[in-house]
Amino acid sequence: MSHDVAVLGAGMHPWGKWGRPFATYGVAAARQALADAGVDWADVDLVVGGETVRNGYAGYVAGATFAQALGWNGARVATSYAACATGAQAIDTARARILAGLCDVALVVGADTTPKGFLAPNAGERYDDPDWLRFRLLGMTNPAYFALYARRRMDLYGATPEDFAKVKVKNAQAGLANPNARYRKAVTVEEVLGSAVVADPLHLLDICATSDGGAALVLTSMDYARSRGIASPVRVRAVSTVTPTFPQTVIEMPNFATDSSGTVPAGERTFKESIAHAAYEEAGIGPEDVDVAEVYDLSTALELDWYEDIGLCKRGEAERLIRSGETALGGRVPVNPSGGLASFGEAVPAQALAQVCELTWQLRGQAEGRQVEDASVGVTANQGLFGHGSSVLLST
Amino acid sequence: MTTTPAIDGWFTSGDLPALLGSRCGLCATVFFPRLDGFCRNPACSGEEFETVELSRRGTVWSYTDAQYQPPPPYIPRSENHEPFAIAAVELAEGLVVLGQVADGYGVADLRVGAEVELVVEPLYTDETGDRTIWRWKPVVELGAEADQ
Ligand SMILES: [Zn+2]
Repeated sequence: MSHDVAVLGAGMHPWGKWGRPFATYGVAAARQALADAGVDWADVDLVVGGETVRNGYAGYVAGATFAQALGWNGARVATSYAACATGAQAIDTARARILAGLCDVALVVGADTTPKGFLAPNAGERYDDPDWLRFRLLGMTNPAYFALYARRRMDLYGATPEDFAKVKVKNAQAGLANPNARYRKAVTVEEVLGSAVVADPLHLLDICATSDGGAALVLTSMDYARSRGIASPVRVRAVSTVTPTFPQTVIEMPNFATDSSGTVPAGERTFKESIAHAAYEEAGIGPEDVDVAEVYDLSTALELDWYEDIGLCKRGEAERLIRSGETALGGRVPVNPSGGLASFGEAVPAQALAQVCELTWQLRGQAEGRQVEDASVGVTANQGLFGHGSSVLLST
Repeated sequence: MTTTPAIDGWFTSGDLPALLGSRCGLCATVFFPRLDGFCRNPACSGEEFETVELSRRGTVWSYTDAQYQPPPPYIPRSENHEPFAIAAVELAEGLVVLGQVADGYGVADLRVGAEVELVVEPLYTDETGDRTIWRWKPVVELGAEADQ
C-alpha cells in the first residue's frame, strides 16, 4: 500500500516582526495554501494547528483558533505541539488520518508571534523544570548549547569561524530571492566575524533570530488529487517524528546531562542521525537520492552538523561541503535554498511547515530566483526540544 | 549570613565536593540529576535508587561562554555582566554533565579532551548569603603553567 499523500497547496505569510496576532498570519497562510491548491475551505474536513505556547489559550488550541478565524465549517480539528518539531507532528497527524481513510482534505497551519531577544522560560519559580533551572543554575541560553556543538566541530574536525560564517553568507544569498524571508540582505564573512561574539565561537550573525510568521499546507489523499485532475502532485513520501533511544548520549537543550552509556551502550546512530534515517527507511529513498534539503540552521555551525546527520557526507566532512560550494545553489545538493533560519528567523510552530512549503515550490520548479535545477527529491530535518525528531521526505 | 547550595541535593560541598547522582538498584545505571520513581533504562523495571557521588574529575566534551547576560531566572552577580565559561564534561560513569567553569578561567583555558575537576563556588547572593553551585576547573598539569 502506498503511504503517499499529496501536497496540493502551500502558503506562507512573510516572516518579520509585524506585531500582529498569530492567527492573522495563520489565516493569511491558510488562504494562500487553499488558493494554491484550488480547494474550497468548505471542502476541508480536517484542520491541524501547530500550537504556540506564547499566545495564551488561543495558542494552546491553535487548530480551533484557525478554524474559527476561517469561519467554522464543521471540520474535525487537532492541535500539535512538539517544540521546533511541531509542524512535522501536525503533518504526521494529517497524514495518518488521510492514509487511514478518515479524511480527504487536511489543512495544516502553524503561526507565531514571538518575543524579542533570547527565548526565555515562562515566569515563576519552577525548581522541578529543567528549562527553568538551566537559566537559574547555569545561565545556559539556547545559543550556549549551539556553541558547544560548534566548538566541538572546531576541536575535532578543524572547523573555523570562517566556515560557520560561510553558511550565513550562503543562506543570506539564497534568501535574497525569497519574498517570504525576513532578512533579504547579502552578508559577507567579514560582517559575520565582525559581529559581537554571543557564545564563543558563535557571533551574533551565526545565530538565528525569532520572528513572526505563518505557514500552511493543504494535504490530500492521492485519490482526491487525481479526482481534481492533478495526476502527479508533490508527494509526502515519509514523515519522521522519532524520539531518541536510550541512552541519549549527546547533551541537549534544556538538559543538564546526558544519559549514561555505562550499563547500556550507546546505539549505532545518534538521535539526530536517526531522524532523517527513519524517513529514508520509511520511503525507501536514500540520502544519495536527495536533490535539495531544508535543515534547521538555528546556528550556522548546526547546519554543518545536519549535513552529516542527514547523510549528505560522512562525519567530519561538512566543512569540505561548505568550502567547495556543494551545498550552495548550483552545487551538488543545495541546502536551505529558502535562505534558511538565517534569512527567516524562527517562528517555532510554523518553521517545520515553512521547510515543506519551500520544498514543495522547489519540486514544482516554482522557486523563482532560488530554484534548484531538476529537483525531484527533497528532505527536511529539524529537532524539537525534549526529544522530538522532525524530518519530512518529499518527491515529485 | 550563611553559605548554602543554590539547589538542594544536587552536589556536596566541603574539601572534596561531588555531584550527587542516582544509581538504579537493579541495573546500576547512573543518572544526574537524581531520579525518583522509575528507572529510565527501557529494559529495566527498577524503582529504587541509591544516591551516589559522581566522579570529581572528567574530560571536556565541549565548552563555550556567555558573553551576554542570560535572561531571568538567571541572577546576575554584579551590575555589569562578566562573561563566564561553560563546559560539558564527560565522566567515567558514561554521562556528560554541564557546568559553569571556575572563576578566573575562560575558553582559552579549555580544549576538547582536557581534564577538569569539580569545585564549588558562589553563584549569586541573596538575603541568606552566598548561594553556591558546582563548577568545572581546568586541571593544570605540573609545568604546564610555566609554559604559558
Ligand atoms: Zn535500572
